[in-house]
Amino acid sequence: MTKAIEVRDLSYRYEGSERDVLLDVNLEVEKGEFVLLTGASGCGKTTLCRCFNGLIPHFYGGDLRGEVYVAGLNVKDTPIHKLALKVGFVFQNPDSQLFSLTVERDVAFGLENLGVDRDEMRLRVDWALKTVGMEKYRYAAPYELSGGQRQRVAIAAVLAMRPEIIVLDEPTAYLDPKTALKIFQLLDGLNKRMGLTVVLVEHRLDLVSRYASRLIIMNKGRIVLDGKPSTLFHDELEEYGINVPRLVRFFRKLEGIGYEFEELPLTTDEAAEIIRRIMA
Amino acid sequence: MIEVRDVYYTYPNGFTALKGVNLTIRKGECVAIMGENGAGKTTLVKHFNGLLKPTRGTVVVDGVDTRETSVAQLARKVGLVFQNPDHQFFSETVEEEVAFALRNFGFPEDEVERRVEKVLKRMGLLEYRKSSPFSLSGGEKKRLAIASIVVFEPEYLVLDEPTIGQDYIQKVEIRRVIDSYLETGRTVVIVTHDLEFVVDLRPRVVLMSRGRILADGKAEEILSDSKLMDDASLLLPQMTELAYKLGNPKIPRTILDENDMLEVVKPLLKHRGVWRS
Amino acid sequence: MRVFEGLRFRRVPSPIHELDPRSKAVYVAVLSVLSIVYSDPLILAILMVMQIPLVYIAKVMRFWLNSLRGSTFLAVFIFAVNLLTSYLYMGGFTLEGLLTATAMTLRFILLMGVFSLFFLTTTPEDLSLALEKLRIPYDICFAFTAAMRFVPDIALEAQSIMDAQKSRGLELERGGFIERIRKTLPILVPLFIRSFQRSLELAEAMESRAYGAIEKRTSLYELKMARNDYVFMILSIILLTATLLIKPP
Repeated sequence: MTKAIEVRDLSYRYEGSERDVLLDVNLEVEKGEFVLLTGASGCGKTTLCRCFNGLIPHFYGGDLRGEVYVAGLNVKDTPIHKLALKVGFVFQNPDSQLFSLTVERDVAFGLENLGVDRDEMRLRVDWALKTVGMEKYRYAAPYELSGGQRQRVAIAAVLAMRPEIIVLDEPTAYLDPKTALKIFQLLDGLNKRMGLTVVLVEHRLDLVSRYASRLIIMNKGRIVLDGKPSTLFHDELEEYGINVPRLVRFFRKLEGIGYEFEELPLTTDEAAEIIRRIMA
Repeated sequence: MIEVRDVYYTYPNGFTALKGVNLTIRKGECVAIMGENGAGKTTLVKHFNGLLKPTRGTVVVDGVDTRETSVAQLARKVGLVFQNPDHQFFSETVEEEVAFALRNFGFPEDEVERRVEKVLKRMGLLEYRKSSPFSLSGGEKKRLAIASIVVFEPEYLVLDEPTIGQDYIQKVEIRRVIDSYLETGRTVVIVTHDLEFVVDLRPRVVLMSRGRILADGKAEEILSDSKLMDDASLLLPQMTELAYKLGNPKIPRTILDENDMLEVVKPLLKHRGVWRS
Repeated sequence: MRVFEGLRFRRVPSPIHELDPRSKAVYVAVLSVLSIVYSDPLILAILMVMQIPLVYIAKVMRFWLNSLRGSTFLAVFIFAVNLLTSYLYMGGFTLEGLLTATAMTLRFILLMGVFSLFFLTTTPEDLSLALEKLRIPYDICFAFTAAMRFVPDIALEAQSIMDAQKSRGLELERGGFIERIRKTLPILVPLFIRSFQRSLELAEAMESRAYGAIEKRTSLYELKMARNDYVFMILSIILLTATLLIKPP
């Protein structure tokens, strides 16, 4: 069975740059995984994501060495519009990815580009809007929406194209914590119920690590850690610029006074459970 | 002292962003203005340097009513660092960018040179002094934006969402800048919805929601009040949420960080060993 | 800025709003032609008054009047200039001069009224669809729609930039002419740079949603001429021919 993403010995530098931004990256992502990609600013996580939908090398140019396969397609040889059928990309800025005057036209944009016929388009647009909970806003203009609502529309616009994989680059950067959490819950739903493979770049690990099946940490262009979030958090991650959730820090302190936890809790419910047992 | 007296503010499009806000900020304080997006936090701080004038009520900075003086005069006292560094850079070099405010305020050239050098060094940007501001990374741009304001040492430093999109190391940097600014006896106001950053800072917290101040006081009391935080559409800090979930009378709900939690929980712990979930 | 208020679309259900922009364009064309061809103030006034029932049906009276009120200054200016020109030309105030000035002013107000009604009852969406139907290349239609979509954002950004620079002591209202021009640099440079950045971000997002995948794009919306549209267009043509026949210019 084809993997969702396969990266072999990937190194890359941007056009006119003297240094590689990605160094010998090797990665395999299975279908249905929820991958959380994080690291300090400048570690290469955004650059890596751009390789997943073809923006690198087709939009950004530069020098790409190694192989990247997404849904079985070789990214170097496949144009962006063909990859768009398999991979959807949601960007950080809620404003610059909505360009139509109504929400539903924005959601239909990709389908219009692909020449999908109107009836099919209608169905998909309705379904996508419903899935992200924005059907009531279908005739609204982008500037009438809040940041969180705009990001939902961006996700719907991607969903309408029925990709297998969705890549999101810090989609909640401009949103407040409660709104961000709702977006993460939406992604979790898409991952668990629709089997959508999710690759999410985020700094807000306290809110999202509970949904991820896999945590990948990058540093200076390389993947330095890759595994289950609850086990990975055993390591000293602050040096990599990671915002380690306070819950995790607390349990590491408990480990410092003689306790050992196979898996560190990522939700307060899990944590409360464990502490009650220790106190009993 | 910044005094906000019964301020109402309505935007030209008819939206009333502030509904009767009362607030006093004294010299040397560290204040966090918190709330969800759209609560009115940024609208409020724009009144501090006169960018906005109240529709009703008054704002008085060090005894001067903001309606009776210019923005430039107020800006000399109240330094406002905005969220988006891309909305202010226009110079050819980093050092010119930093010098901009100094020149506007009429500092003599030798003073300008001295201050620019000092602040670039403090913010770790000296190596980039001749570079273009646009060539800097996101984190460096944020530091440059802060540098361009602290260079003229305003009495009141206001930071609007300084930790958005920042990684751990960058947040530590920002914390360092805030601490060293407070050490000089000056005032720092940060507008933020970053709970965990505020937990570490332990400032006075002013909680806003829908144009009103819901609460104003100690971080421990406000951030741990689940009803208040819910009214403000904010989540609880993780440790506080844990304290609530444990529901143990020996564990107070006002716990904010992991050190406090450890202190309280340690004497209650019994079984050691390896735990599997 | 009241003039621009009248040009923005209001989402109110009315038969005029529902008309295809192309039939409305025919109406606008007819009235434009008539307004230019005739110099008789009486005829121009009649044409002007004829619009009022349409404005009423479209339920945009308040906004329409606002846009006309906003152009009062220009109207007075046009009247004054024309009167002055005829005064100098004729060597004094004449009835003819007065009539010409009145005609010019009425022409201006008539055109303002016609265009305002058009833009008040036509969504930018419909406009861009109309452009597409006219076989204008999609790239251009898209540029048009995107421009309209981003104007409010750019205005907000300009405000944000001004706030940031004022907070660094920039005083825009002070200084001599040359100095004031120089002072716009800290506003214009970030605005331009942001525009370029935005274009890049837009292009990235468009590519990622398969822009340019195939030649023949399909469309979610379709402009269809209905019976009302044909009726409206025929009435407009009748108006044109009748007026030209009854009172040749």
